[in-house]
Amino acid sequence: MFNNFFHKLASPKYFYGFSGRLLPWLATGFILLTLAGLYYGLVKAPPDYQQGDSYRIMFVHVPSAWMSLFIYVVMAGAGAIGLVWRIKLAEVISISSASVGASFTFLALVTGSIWGKPMWGTWWVWDARLTSELILLFLYLGIIALHNAIDDKRIAARATAILAIVGVVNIPIIHYSVEWWNTLHQGPTVTKFDAPSIHLSMLIPLLLMAVAFKLYYLMVVLMRARCEVIERERNTGWVKQLVESQ
Amino acid sequence: MNSDSLTRAYTLLLKRDLILAIRRRAEMLNPLLFFVLVTSLFPLGIGAYPELLETIGPGIIWVAALLAAMLSLDGIFRSDFEDGTLEQFLLSSHPVSVLVLAKVLAHWLITGLPLLLVAPLLGILLGLPADAIRTLLLTLLLGTPVLSLLGAVGVALTVGLRKGGMILSLLVLPLYVPLLIFAANAVDTAAAGLPVTAHLSFISALLVLALSLSPLATAAALRISLS
Amino acid sequence: MSISEFLDMGGYAVYVWSSYGITLIVLVANVIGPLRLRRKLLADIARATRRARRKS
Repeated sequence: MFNNFFHKLASPKYFYGFSGRLLPWLATGFILLTLAGLYYGLVKAPPDYQQGDSYRIMFVHVPSAWMSLFIYVVMAGAGAIGLVWRIKLAEVISISSASVGASFTFLALVTGSIWGKPMWGTWWVWDARLTSELILLFLYLGIIALHNAIDDKRIAARATAILAIVGVVNIPIIHYSVEWWNTLHQGPTVTKFDAPSIHLSMLIPLLLMAVAFKLYYLMVVLMRARCEVIERERNTGWVKQLVESQ
Repeated sequence: MNSDSLTRAYTLLLKRDLILAIRRRAEMLNPLLFFVLVTSLFPLGIGAYPELLETIGPGIIWVAALLAAMLSLDGIFRSDFEDGTLEQFLLSSHPVSVLVLAKVLAHWLITGLPLLLVAPLLGILLGLPADAIRTLLLTLLLGTPVLSLLGAVGVALTVGLRKGGMILSLLVLPLYVPLLIFAANAVDTAAAGLPVTAHLSFISALLVLALSLSPLATAAALRISLS
Repeated sequence: MSISEFLDMGGYAVYVWSSYGITLIVLVANVIGPLRLRRKLLADIARATRRARRKS
């Protein structure tokens, strides 16, 4: 049954219908989990003994940072599958993830520097994690720029897949060298940017938000993929029917 | 397609590119002049405090070398793309990644290596001590091939575009970050008289990685850009 | 835990609520984008088919 499902998914028409039916469930799942996460994170969780209430930014910052890396890896993986097995759906998923990933990276950077302000008194700190997040943002912008620069959709998708694969190979190297670089300039009093030692009451909202963001990513990537599918199949029969029915 | 015809194709391609470049010898000077010019802008901008220049010298020289190498990357495939020889490479029975390696080596010999000739002058310009300059040369020797190899992937992706130049820097510069960190810091630690074997081994690891993987990515990118 | 105390966030209200505000804006923008794109696409195709039908 399973490969039949995948086989059917390969047809854009079936994918369009299937993802359409999935979207409402993803949306409600995301909203419920976020509300629960926010409630436990902002109301129930006790203030931190060091940072008071400013640590609550963690419930948005850390999931965004996790998502920025997760989405890049998914994008590279989908791109690789699209390149090697020529599966159109994988290419579409890979392309549709780029802007969401860039948004999460941007969020991680902004919330990270806002969180740093009360703790260190400056908006930007060349902390190892924030610096590699900044470079990850450049990698995303490179992918989006390359995708927009190429007119032919098929070539654009495959070119960005190559760039994503090259990028994903470089991410651990960049991360390691930035960590090493950071230890050079870090004074002996390492003000660990790490979240405070995770107490259960803080861990639960963090995980809730992490899962919520994953559902959100799936929802948005399917929405973008549907647009991409309509664009690519614009002169097929089922798209014309779809247009009439709207 | 036996192996000696491959080596013959490789050397022929290398010779061809070198001859083409030497015919336009003036053009070979551009990256060097850019390298010297950018490096001498910084003291004008920052002020000529000797100890300040010495501390930021390694970083400046390496960023300037990185930009000089990157700006000259466009030449690798541009002329071949325009007169159609690039298509011939893809049609040839030899593995494209080997041919790409020949072109990248030619590019490195033409633009990367000459940077080493000028580097000592810039080291003196910024007042770096002797063994810092020695390490600078070592890091440049190991680092500039990585610049060409990784840059070739970016060029292969943007070769079909009309104004690929701007995008090339956005694609390639993030990939240069690890090399910049270790190379600039190697020169810095050498200036302080400390051993730099750790840095140099990391840079050579980057070189080996780039040497083995990036021709494959470049070949795939060329196949896609020209499809 | 009165509302005003909650909103005050132990004095860090500006930082906490600005982060959550920016997050909300970015997340909403990423949902509205595809919706508007989809509507524009369908409108374009409809116009194209109408023009093609008029020509034939």
